[in-house]
Amino acid sequence: MKKSFKWIAFIMVYVMILSTFLSGCSSNGGSTAANSGSGGSAAASNDSEVIKIGVFEPLTGENGGGGSQETDGIKYANEVYSEVLGKKVELVIVDNKSDKGEATTAVTRLIEKDGVVAIIGSYGSGVSIAAGDIIKQAGIPAMGASCTNPMVTQGNEYYFRACFLDPFQGTVMANYAIQNGAKTAAVITQNGDDYSTGLGNFFKQAFVKLTGDEGSIVADMVFQTNDQDFNAILTNIKAANPDVIFAPSSIATAPLIIKQARALGITCPIMGGDTWENVSIIDVAGSDAEGVVISTFFDENDTAATDEAKAFVKGYKERLGGDDAVIPAVAALGYDAYIIVLDAIERAGSTDGAAIRDALAETDGFEGVTGAFRFDENGDAQKSVAIIKTVKDGQFEYLSTVTVNE
Amino acid sequence: MSFDTFLQHLTNGISLGSLFALIAIGYTMVYGILRLINFAHGDIVMMSSYFMIYFMSAMPWYAAILLVIISTVLLGVLIERVAYKPLREASRMSIMISAIGVSYLLENLANYIFTGVPKGYPDMPVLTKGLHIGSLSVQSASIVIPIITILILVLLINLINHTKTGMAMRAVAKDYETASLMGIQINRVIAVTFAIGSLLAAIGSIFWGARYPSVYPLMGVMPGLKCFIAAVLGGIGSIPGAVLGGFLLGMGETMLVAFFPTLTGYRDAFAFIVLIIILLVKPTGILGEKTTDKV
Amino acid sequence: MKKRTRIILTVILAAVFIVILTLLDQGVLGDNYVRRVLNLAAIYSIVAVSMNLVNGFTGLFSLGQAGFMAIGAFTVAIFTVPLEYREAIFYISPQNPILAQIELPFFAALLLGGFIAAGIALLIGAPVLRLKSDYLAIATLGFSEIIRIVFNNMQSITNGALGIKSIPGVKTMWLPFGVAAISIAIMKLLINSTYGLAFKAIKEDDIAAEAMGISLFKHKQLSFATGAFFAAIGGGLYASLLTSVEPKSFYFTFTYTFLLIIVLGGMGSVTGTVISSFLVTLGLEWLRFFDEPLTIGGVAIPLFRSGLRMVVFSILLMTIVLFFRNGLMSNKEFSWEGISGFFKRLFSRGKKEAGSNE
Repeated sequence: MKKSFKWIAFIMVYVMILSTFLSGCSSNGGSTAANSGSGGSAAASNDSEVIKIGVFEPLTGENGGGGSQETDGIKYANEVYSEVLGKKVELVIVDNKSDKGEATTAVTRLIEKDGVVAIIGSYGSGVSIAAGDIIKQAGIPAMGASCTNPMVTQGNEYYFRACFLDPFQGTVMANYAIQNGAKTAAVITQNGDDYSTGLGNFFKQAFVKLTGDEGSIVADMVFQTNDQDFNAILTNIKAANPDVIFAPSSIATAPLIIKQARALGITCPIMGGDTWENVSIIDVAGSDAEGVVISTFFDENDTAATDEAKAFVKGYKERLGGDDAVIPAVAALGYDAYIIVLDAIERAGSTDGAAIRDALAETDGFEGVTGAFRFDENGDAQKSVAIIKTVKDGQFEYLSTVTVNE
Repeated sequence: MSFDTFLQHLTNGISLGSLFALIAIGYTMVYGILRLINFAHGDIVMMSSYFMIYFMSAMPWYAAILLVIISTVLLGVLIERVAYKPLREASRMSIMISAIGVSYLLENLANYIFTGVPKGYPDMPVLTKGLHIGSLSVQSASIVIPIITILILVLLINLINHTKTGMAMRAVAKDYETASLMGIQINRVIAVTFAIGSLLAAIGSIFWGARYPSVYPLMGVMPGLKCFIAAVLGGIGSIPGAVLGGFLLGMGETMLVAFFPTLTGYRDAFAFIVLIIILLVKPTGILGEKTTDKV
Repeated sequence: MKKRTRIILTVILAAVFIVILTLLDQGVLGDNYVRRVLNLAAIYSIVAVSMNLVNGFTGLFSLGQAGFMAIGAFTVAIFTVPLEYREAIFYISPQNPILAQIELPFFAALLLGGFIAAGIALLIGAPVLRLKSDYLAIATLGFSEIIRIVFNNMQSITNGALGIKSIPGVKTMWLPFGVAAISIAIMKLLINSTYGLAFKAIKEDDIAAEAMGISLFKHKQLSFATGAFFAAIGGGLYASLLTSVEPKSFYFTFTYTFLLIIVLGGMGSVTGTVISSFLVTLGLEWLRFFDEPLTIGGVAIPLFRSGLRMVVFSILLMTIVLFFRNGLMSNKEFSWEGISGFFKRLFSRGKKEAGSNE
């Protein structure tokens, strides 16, 4: 038994090394870029009939839920608009497992092995930031769909994003809270999550500025990524008696925070960021989720919507299984990210990374599902509109639209 | 802090502690018999929670709970048969690596089958009802859990000390080889131990789900580790020790965050620091007995 | 086998490796992806051998490698990020003013990380190494987690849980492979010395070893600290390869990967560990196809979706633990006699089977 095992092992090694080399050198289905040496603006030219766009999302791990929804939106867009420049567009989907280390490997794989001309992603600012350097060095343009932390695009001319930023979002939420009579607030953030920590900070800054009261943040609590027991934190918050709680956390922890807060007898409104717009939160938190307020990018019932949006809402609802289905905002953003990239490729007339990037920068007034697009010098979509929703009768319901004029 | 807040923290601590206690018993029983740290125990709790989600969606709660318990026990015994039994004669390192392997397999299996998206544990109003006593807010579960834990403790002590099976278990724990020479069915005893451990894991998962209704593949890792530490704290091999350790650890952790909110980040580290201290000061634990190693 | 033959064969083998490595490095063979995977394998081999030193050769069941790797990784991260990027990275709270001024060259930071890890290992080892094997395992696991949690919270030194990015990357393959070669050579020398004999004695029966006059404390500490040193070196290289680190990557489950590698390779064999680190790293990448939907002849095979890769990996681990406990090489090392003997036996077995009629 032992001898045959050694044979098997040696053969396996041989096969593996051989296959890794072969797939690295040859062309798989005619699309691996003949990359020699280090990065530089890799001419990931596809001499076949297929243009590959990489999708880099968390499909497992902490952010797997949101990532899967965003990916689905992108896939739907690919079905609706499946061709550009006369060639078929193929999506290469890689799972970054909500982990920064995996993110860098996944992006390298997309660029090197699959030879993608552009990348869409990711849900979760942390992994997007981690992959940023590699994307910049390789000269492949990237379009983030829902990553809201400023650092994603800062200093990176190849990274764009289709959504608003956290400083904006934080201000919007602070505004809303104060407009509804809050004078004090408690903030709960997740240690180690760029999104949560960043957004929490921006909220704090905006809240203090708007109330003019340095001490208006009465409790500022931090929890660890896999924590499930928030009772101690919440008991301390209860003692501080804030008018509102702002807890921009991930989908995994949101329902726990909500349920435990209500169980402890905390009655003040609870607010979250755009990650909270996910049906699983209502599923898990149940009736305790009533009255929770969130900010988000998209409202499917918006009557002033563009034609693109109306078509999207109709088609995507069918895909989700009927009129009762609620379209997750991140799916809409994923869809937008895809069609913007496609439009840029069309305008660039080539699959050269730098050309696509320039075309993206020149985008002006392109109509997407979540609004009209123009990018500023950082690559951020100039969006001045946020939607506020609340949970009512077990569903997310539109509350108001906030426009902030800078 | 006000007295009310303190009381609230105390209640939280007792609640968390009794959860730890329930799961710690499983660890301590297996260790007492097999000298094995069953790394997979926390993951058995996790699988049990997933079982519950699937059964509850198909049948009424009383049938679901029964099926969950049965399937968890089967899982535990299966793991023992497949992964631990073949290695009983091997070195301690081998069997521990096997336990780590099982734990890893269960986590990845759950991730694959159920995906990593957290699912909601089915709500059991009996347990999750919020009660307000004075200024204290507790879930009914917080009152039920400690009571059930103490009940189970009493039951188990009776089992161990006053039944034949219990005597067999004590014998195997004391001296494995001599016990088999004396005609005790080792395989049966070990299977029963794992069955009881898994039974407790199933009950623990029900209560855990009532308190923290978010189910995801890695949910059992930290609690599992902490419960093992609780068992060590109280005296590994001793069931009352496990319960005591569980309560102490749960209380300690809650109080740490209560009094030093800036240290919430170190919450998990607290358990490990306690572990190191107890291993250095009194390795056999609070209620443990000193045994000498014969050379 | 004559000594001369052995030397000639070794030189030829070394030359072949150098040629292949140069070709890879210059980009003639393979692409960035292949390079990245191979670099990762080389780095993993450093950590795996360091773990084997402690677990396999000295018999100390230590699960703390992830923590020591983290020390090495963060030391490199903190000191090698160019000064102008630091402010952007430490955006929640500014970096500790003393540290913010210091920028060290890569090797200096790498060695510094190694020494810090060794120092901490000595500190930890003093109380912990006398514990029995299972307790030692949990204690070292505990320390690994404590290190990670501390890093997770030291906002001004390690940037807390956000991690550090923009670490200067690995420019050439010679870096990880060169460091790996040197590290493994040093560890092999240690194992072949009298210290190594003492380690093996401790593994066999530590009470008897003590009775024979071997200072348990001194030798266990030496083994543990050396293991920590090289784990940190591996960690520093890891940080460089990834160009960004965060404490979350060093969760204790990371140690399981190295556990698998040393079990697969054979707990008492350095060659086995090196071979199996390449096997496992390449294998993990190769297994990625399990994560994608698979169609054979137009029929979609239902099981293939995200997550299957790790399930297969875990099953492989269990199979090895249960059925191939000695791993690939058990405790034998690479030798030309071994290889020629292997082939001789192979062919003579063939002859025997052809000729016999039993």
